[in-house]
Amino acid sequence: MTELRKLLRHAGLLLLALVMLYPVLWMVVSSLRPNNEIFRRPGLILDSLQIQNYGEGWNALASPFGHYLANSAILVLACIIGNLVSCSMAAYAFARLDFTGKRLWFAIMLGTIMLPIHVIIVPQYIMFSQLDWVNTFLPLVVPKFLATDAFFVFLMVQFIRGLPRELDEAARIDGCGHARIFLRIILPLMLPALATTVIFTFIWTWNDFFGQLIYLTDPEMYTVPVALRSFVDATVQTSWGSMFAMSVVSLAPVFLAFLVGQRYLIRGIATTGGK
Amino acid sequence: MSALGELQRMRKGSRGTLGVAREPKKDNKAAFAFLLPWFAGLLFITAGPIAASFVLGFTDYNLIQPPVFNGLDNWMRMLGDARLHKALGVTLVYVLVSVPLQLACALALALLLDKGLRGLAFYRSAFYLPSLLGSSVAIAVLWRQIFGADGLFNQVLSMAGIEGKGWISDPDSALSTLIVLNVWTFGAPMVIFLAGLRQIPAMYYEAAATDGAGKWTQFRRITIPLLSPIVFFNLVLQVIHAFQSFTQAFVVSGGSGGPSDSTLFYTLYLYQRGFGNFDMGYASALAWLLLVIIAAFTAINFWAAKFWVVYDD
Repeated sequence: MTELRKLLRHAGLLLLALVMLYPVLWMVVSSLRPNNEIFRRPGLILDSLQIQNYGEGWNALASPFGHYLANSAILVLACIIGNLVSCSMAAYAFARLDFTGKRLWFAIMLGTIMLPIHVIIVPQYIMFSQLDWVNTFLPLVVPKFLATDAFFVFLMVQFIRGLPRELDEAARIDGCGHARIFLRIILPLMLPALATTVIFTFIWTWNDFFGQLIYLTDPEMYTVPVALRSFVDATVQTSWGSMFAMSVVSLAPVFLAFLVGQRYLIRGIATTGGK
Repeated sequence: MSALGELQRMRKGSRGTLGVAREPKKDNKAAFAFLLPWFAGLLFITAGPIAASFVLGFTDYNLIQPPVFNGLDNWMRMLGDARLHKALGVTLVYVLVSVPLQLACALALALLLDKGLRGLAFYRSAFYLPSLLGSSVAIAVLWRQIFGADGLFNQVLSMAGIEGKGWISDPDSALSTLIVLNVWTFGAPMVIFLAGLRQIPAMYYEAAATDGAGKWTQFRRITIPLLSPIVFFNLVLQVIHAFQSFTQAFVVSGGSGGPSDSTLFYTLYLYQRGFGNFDMGYASALAWLLLVIIAAFTAINFWAAKFWVVYDD
């Protein structure tokens, strides 16, 4: 009886997993089909490989799609570096140092995790356009160097709190200042938290649309999401195959990051309660 | 522990892990150095712009001419702005329908997966993956095809002999397709629920079973109360998150919020005003209204928590 129930549960869960992932699987298969088949074939079996969808999609916009992939890669890399440096510094202060108004600053930091970006986007845009930063990556990157992704500060604070204080104290007795304690002791020990930060920053920045849509209006500066969107608007119904092909290309890095960093992703949202 | 739990405890006044304070304020210089980027971010990127957008909300400003103070004009204009009212309605339906559905799915799946099931890691990954993809433009593109007149959904329906329709082009059903998309991303709260379930000591269940409590009673008396802080946490965050949804509606409707404004999310309307018409004063006022609405919903959630969230400390 219990064996049967177990079996039924697995059958149900597998079915649900299939239903959940089916749209994505179908998109991958459809990206290899001729256009007229996409609207007739709900199944996953391929009779022929329409590889040219990828070639057509790649060259459908003003620049080859590789240009937008490169733009996104540069942006993501810069954001990762910014978050790693600035959030770890802030986290060290909140977790290990004692200073005036700490409780208040900490509460403010936690509050900013929940702040909607739309409330700050208008004045930010005005500021950045006066600095002549529109159509550069600076409006998207500079905030990352200023520890504005408070979620990661919190994640790292949690992690540092779990490290034994004896380590810092021993180092302090040996005459180390805070800079050395941070660089030599805390940073090497918090690699798992840094890895979580890298993977989340990668996926969120890669997928982020709102900020990139607003700040990157010159096609030369388009990143993958903005390019993909202009592709959708430029083509009418006729080239779903190549549009799906580029959609698959744009999701592939996220999928890879998920495969490589699953452990850190799951641990990250399980220990901090996610974003 | 979550950021929210941390805030709640601070509000209650327990000093928690922060209050070490043996030799008070000894690290001020070092702390300032380490926090310098964060302080700059607070000043220029978060708190400063919040204050600035409050002030701009009382002006007429198009980015070219300097802002002109116009008193309460923007706020009065909101009262008669039919598209704003439509956007508010669309967004409220979206939040109030999709968040409970999403959390119910997350909780149900977490409960099914919890009981030492074989293949847990596989299922968890399969259900979690959509929540990483869901906010991307690519998935929104896919949604546009799936729920189009000749889309995948109708192809599947026709195999069952059901005549479909253009789900996205029909104002009555367009919003539902976006709700489905949000429910589809239940994986992230599910992982949080799974972690919470793991924290409930097995001996509680053993003790209850010895006392003759059935599975249902155990679920109602042990699982639900002990999980309630995590349900609350997910609820607060997913509500805040859902109010800010933008990409899906933007891509699915081609930026218009159509058909007939049926997918006009609040953020999409704000974008149209601010970055389509460069009506920055009005957009700032709209942004502040959004902040007030989100804060109000969060406050209601915190207030209602008194009646159903169980804290054991």
